[in-house]
Amino acid sequence: MNGLYQGIFKRDIALAFRQRSELAQPLMFLLMVITLFPLGIGPGPMTLQKIGPGVIWIAAILSSLLAMERIFRDDFWDGSLEQYMLSGLPVSAIAGVKVLVHWLVSFLPLALFSPLLALFLNLTVDMYVALMLTLVLGTPLLSLVGAIAVGLTVGLQRGGVLLALLLIPVFIPLLIFATSAVDSAALQLPYRAQLAIIGAMLLLAMAAAPFAIAYALKVSQN
Amino acid sequence: MAGLAADNLTCIKRDRVLFTDLSFALLPGRLIYLRGPNGAGKTSLLRILTGLSAPDAGELSLDGQPLERQRDTFNQQLIYVGHKAGLNGALTAMENLRFWCAQHGAEFVPADTYRVLALLGLVGLEEVPVRMLSAGQQRRVALSRLWLKKATYWILDEPFTALDTDGIALLEKHMRQHVAQNGAIITTSHQPLSDLAGPMEELVLEYRL
Repeated sequence: MNGLYQGIFKRDIALAFRQRSELAQPLMFLLMVITLFPLGIGPGPMTLQKIGPGVIWIAAILSSLLAMERIFRDDFWDGSLEQYMLSGLPVSAIAGVKVLVHWLVSFLPLALFSPLLALFLNLTVDMYVALMLTLVLGTPLLSLVGAIAVGLTVGLQRGGVLLALLLIPVFIPLLIFATSAVDSAALQLPYRAQLAIIGAMLLLAMAAAPFAIAYALKVSQN
Repeated sequence: MAGLAADNLTCIKRDRVLFTDLSFALLPGRLIYLRGPNGAGKTSLLRILTGLSAPDAGELSLDGQPLERQRDTFNQQLIYVGHKAGLNGALTAMENLRFWCAQHGAEFVPADTYRVLALLGLVGLEEVPVRMLSAGQQRRVALSRLWLKKATYWILDEPFTALDTDGIALLEKHMRQHVAQNGAIITTSHQPLSDLAGPMEELVLEYRL
């Protein structure tokens, strides 16, 4: 347990602070994609309110794909991954900690930014609360599922586009339920059901993904 | 039987048989020098020994028991230095080693680590991001693990790559010391080991078509 905290958690946090620009870029990308929509579609407040939740979620998924590879890419190429696997720490636990750090450094800033985005797209307070809840429940799911795909593709050179092709279809259910929750909020309807489904998907991913990631990494080492 | 034993290992890569029915034992107090031309399967064999990849046939055992069941015990007693250094370029040598020690359950004493790095000729470079170091210096940082963790089994894949003659002599002396203290080493190298490394057994892999 101590090894996981001292050896993996602290390491990845230190690395994230050392490579701040790599973290800031996907966030800037997200911000820019979102600003493109009012420019392209027209700044009508009702139009923006209608498309807002979908735009934020799609931009979040696309920008997450840019940062996703970071989880294991460097570790694979510089050999740190081999050393993790021989460390005696369970690989699934290592994967879990790395996903946690990835979520903290790439999606938590997004949550901090989101009030600004909500203003941009003319979301009501109800919609913003719903959006925030779906982001909090949904983005860890992006990290967990994304890490499985990264584990599988990390050994391939230029796996970036393949990663996107693998992951985008998998994220469709999340997108549907998340935007539907925000739409319900816009109409003052309850949206607990959608949140519950996203939460269920998250719990399932939390239980299964670390083992799937560990297996994928082992396959990539072979 | 004590030690790490390989029983009838077979490795097949891309429809090419690298080796079949390879049996040998790595015993405490022994140094095995693994030789063979490029593509003979030296790295594949070493990776199978560490457990990073699985053999296509055959079994490994540790102290007479199947290795699969005592992976954790083995990992505690193993240091593997592969082709890839396992160092993150953005972190300094000290940070890399601190995190590595924490992962591997080895005690990290900063004073000792400074001493080891000084012994390896890295004075003043301890707090420099590893990517700024030369290839030989990076290799030295990777090899400093052999001083920092107490482990019986050392599996070294081309440890001398990029090292200068002083570095090679230093490492060979350390290997000899380890074997004298009942350690077990299997190493590959394209340049022959000198007498400094002490007595050794040779294991030769042929290139097979």
